[in-house]
Amino acid sequence: MEKRSNEPLSWALFGAGGIVAALLLPIHILLFGLAFPLGLLGSPSYQELLALVRHPLTRIYLFILCSLPLFHWAHRFRYTISDGLQVKHLSGPIVVIFYGAAIYGTVLAAYLLWHIP
Amino acid sequence: MSAGSGRLPRPYLRRPSAWWWLGRWTYLTFMLRDFSCVFMAYFVVVTLLQIRALGNGPEAYAAFEAHLRNPLLIVLNAISLLFVVYHAVTFFNAASTATVVRVGGKRVPDFYITLPNYIAWAAASVVVAWLVLRA
Repeated sequence: MEKRSNEPLSWALFGAGGIVAALLLPIHILLFGLAFPLGLLGSPSYQELLALVRHPLTRIYLFILCSLPLFHWAHRFRYTISDGLQVKHLSGPIVVIFYGAAIYGTVLAAYLLWHIP
Repeated sequence: MSAGSGRLPRPYLRRPSAWWWLGRWTYLTFMLRDFSCVFMAYFVVVTLLQIRALGNGPEAYAAFEAHLRNPLLIVLNAISLLFVVYHAVTFFNAASTATVVRVGGKRVPDFYITLPNYIAWAAASVVVAWLVLRA
């Protein structure tokens, strides 16, 4: 039987993750990572954020926001390390560790979002 | 005839140094762009911790917010924002190289391919900011 490559799947996840990260991560970093901690904008209260995250669409949104960029990272960083730092001989363990981390993050996101009270 | 005469000589491939990308500006920007994914993954972890804190109650969320006021994390977040914006710009601009659209036999200029990406970026940012700030 012909061995089928995982390349189309990892490439599709890489592309989708790149789009999600490009469109959505900058505003998240700007708001939650800079504007709120620095007090440039008044941060929403716990109850207000909880009400927002309780909405099913917000949960789906946050799941996508967390999962796909991790697969983008796994695909891109895998080549950054193995080609960039010339350690092609380690590409086997690198693939397992990086994609394992992306899958772990995805499962964790689903678990955490499911368990929001 | 000797046993090995049918074989082609093995090409000599010089292995580049691990620091080859420091040699040229274009190589360096290539590596910096690729390195942006690390900052992406970092902020996904921050977001996962934020969701966990939200699920654990008001005290846990207050502790999460206090952690994010650490000046070192603010510097790291500022650097992450620069890298992720760099990723976004290179990703949106690459779309016109990857997608060649022809209308009436003529190639549509890059500007018309990349512009919708920037409009989508602005719209998505406004919607997220509006939802969070209105909350």
